[in-house]
Amino acid sequence: MAALLSIRDLQVRFVGRERTVHAVNGVSFDLAPGEVLGILGESGSGKSVTLRAILGLLPPRRTRYAGSIAFEGQELLGLPGRAFSRLRGKSIAMIFQEPATSFDPVYTIGRQITETIVRHEGVGEAAAQARAKELLELVRIPSAAERLKAYPHEMSGGMRQRAMIALALACRPKLLLADEPTTALDATVQIQVLLLLAQLQKDLGLGVIFVTHDVGVAVEVSSRVAVMYAGRVVETGPLADVVRRPVHPYTQGLLASTVHGSMRGRRLDAIPGAPPSLAAAPVGCSFAPRCRHAHAACDATPPEHRFGEGRMARCVLATERAAA
Amino acid sequence: MRKLDDRGGPAQPLLIVNGLRKHFPLKRPMLDAGPRPVVRAVDEVSFSLPKGGTLGVVGESGCGKSTTARLLMHLVEPDAGDVIFDGEAVGRHDGLSVRQMRRQMQMVFQDSYASLNPRLTILETIAFGPVAHGTPLRQARAAAADLLARVGLDPVQFQRRYPHELSGGQRQRVNIARALALGPRLLILDEAVSALDKSVEAQVLNLLAELKEQFDLTYLFISHDLNVVHYISDEVMVMYLGKVVEIGPVETIYGDARHPYTRALLASRPSMDPDRRTNEAPIQGDPPNPIDPPSGCRFRTRCAFAEAVCAGAEPRLATGAAEGHLVACHMNDPASGHGRARLAA
Ligand SMILES: Nc1ncnc2c1ncn2[C@@H]1O[C@H](COP(=O)(O)OP(=O)(O)OP(=O)(O)O)[C@@H](O)[C@H]1O
Ligand SMILES: Nc1ncnc2c1ncn2[C@@H]1O[C@H](COP(=O)(O)OP(=O)(O)O)[C@@H](O)[C@H]1O
Ligand code: SF4
Ligand code: SF4
Ligand SMILES: [Mg+2]
Ligand SMILES: [Mg+2]
Repeated sequence: MAALLSIRDLQVRFVGRERTVHAVNGVSFDLAPGEVLGILGESGSGKSVTLRAILGLLPPRRTRYAGSIAFEGQELLGLPGRAFSRLRGKSIAMIFQEPATSFDPVYTIGRQITETIVRHEGVGEAAAQARAKELLELVRIPSAAERLKAYPHEMSGGMRQRAMIALALACRPKLLLADEPTTALDATVQIQVLLLLAQLQKDLGLGVIFVTHDVGVAVEVSSRVAVMYAGRVVETGPLADVVRRPVHPYTQGLLASTVHGSMRGRRLDAIPGAPPSLAAAPVGCSFAPRCRHAHAACDATPPEHRFGEGRMARCVLATERAAA
Repeated sequence: MRKLDDRGGPAQPLLIVNGLRKHFPLKRPMLDAGPRPVVRAVDEVSFSLPKGGTLGVVGESGCGKSTTARLLMHLVEPDAGDVIFDGEAVGRHDGLSVRQMRRQMQMVFQDSYASLNPRLTILETIAFGPVAHGTPLRQARAAAADLLARVGLDPVQFQRRYPHELSGGQRQRVNIARALALGPRLLILDEAVSALDKSVEAQVLNLLAELKEQFDLTYLFISHDLNVVHYISDEVMVMYLGKVVEIGPVETIYGDARHPYTRALLASRPSMDPDRRTNEAPIQGDPPNPIDPPSGCRFRTRCAFAEAVCAGAEPRLATGAAEGHLVACHMNDPASGHGRARLAA
């Protein structure tokens, strides 16, 4: 199947007078229509910047791009702002950890959803209002008609996240970019929102990129995962394969340091050290300073080594580790 | 600083908390003549913490975990309740003064940055408390350098740095070192690893385990991460809207929880197994507002087993699966009149 989204060797730098941040350093992946890709990585690994680059949501003056982002065959990098706003909300929608990023506090959520529908679908006010109510029902907000009149701050955290999903779905997007939309929610509410997203994705056949730092959350929603470290995808593959048989030493370390009850009384197999600063473009493998397998060959940037069914690991030892 | 002596002996719990309560009055809404609304942040919280143990505290945001910690530290004044530290009542004329108690009880917060003074070097930060308590400067600095090494930061490399020159994990190590500088016996860790990345969180959890041995510490470990609490705790206390709903040994809570909220909370954890994803959310809705909590059992608006008795009477903490396991649910009390109460016996 032709890819819905295809990213090739994406690089994103933020240049400033004081310093430059090399946030994304060669990211490539494809997303098929109706597929859910989980992007897993720690803070600062470049997950949000990758998502924001797709929608052109980074500060225009300070951001430098290289590589390619193609949506349904159309190149997005270099697209003028106007073309982006047409795409945004129409074909590609995004949801965030903080609903404040999506909702303006001074308008009711009904008004904001209705306006979006009128703007993008060119329908009348009444039709848009009816659809707004339908959308709130779709995300299972009780007494939807009432809720349209609520201001964002009048809703509980879980309710606001549902309303934000409704807003994102308002114009029937094909691709949904989700940036940790459940991270700030309580456990009992998070699972409700995750299950809702999974159901909507299936019903509407959405392509989804779901960014999270939580392995469990990625397991609940994704069909494939990409693990990011220091601005690169270090490993990808079908969810179950990667979780059960990680090949990249970072993926292995991340899974080993994800605590669960059965590890009680045991010392955790923690990865030593901390992620690199990103002040300079990476030379060689970025994980080398923390990797117990590092050796001379790791001084050169490891290639993307492909193996198995749709798997990739960016490590010079990938061949032998995958075979082991 | 030198650690204070064990006074009560090994059988004396290090901390006993009885009926701790804090209600925060709010501003009356405009044009509203009714009674002033209050947030029932902490209501009749009781527990005891054995020496050398770790008590995990879990519950959703706003359930009163941090307020409990701040009450213990006397950062806010309780409305009611007793705190007994190693056999001595805190804040009573015949007991332990708040100042004496604070030497023995220290706290580490989630926000590693906000809790450090940006104008002090790491070494000055750690030496600050002991100096304020009368330790000579030179001695306090030497002890601080030693503590830095103990939390895994090379003093030569780090002691002159400022907080903004450290990573989150490094700052949290400094916060732990600072808390240890006064030689406390109890460490309250309020979401102390929650802001850290998983790989760094694992390092800090290992460090906490080592320090506990080395310094003979007792932990009160507050976290919303149920997996981490399972890993680190000996006993677990579950809170809901300011109330303790269940408390007991970690294996009982994780293996044989009796309170419907505890069960729902545990079942809400995302699965780690791709073949066993969650199909249905254990409970619906968000936690209600603590300003005007439901009558009777505060969980009844989300509980699948709620009956009339749950609205009428507040369930008391009573023995559950075993000695030392307490549950506040009418189903656990054969005399409550709840239709399922018999099943508990
Ligand atoms: N100074 C205050 N004035 C009014 N309400 C307060 C105050 N401090 C805390 N509260 C309220 O008391 C309740 C319990 O707060 P607390 O911070 O202890 O909960 P928590 O479980 O630790 O939450 P979180 O996990 O979000 O930090 C909340 O509803 C909170 O809004
Ligand atoms: N607008 C910006 N200006 C400068 N640096 C930025 C900006 N946005 C992100 N960064 C930097 O880019 C890196 C990757 O950030 P991000 O993608 O947000 O990480 P994640 O979402 O994985 O936590 C970080 O070092 C971050 O500080
Ligand atoms: S390339 Fe070398 S340093 Fe990088 S992960 Fe593989 S073995 Fe480790
Ligand atoms: S007391 Fe009633 S409402 Fe509360 S948890 Fe038990 S059964 Fe549910
Ligand atoms: Mg992010
Ligand atoms: Mg808190």
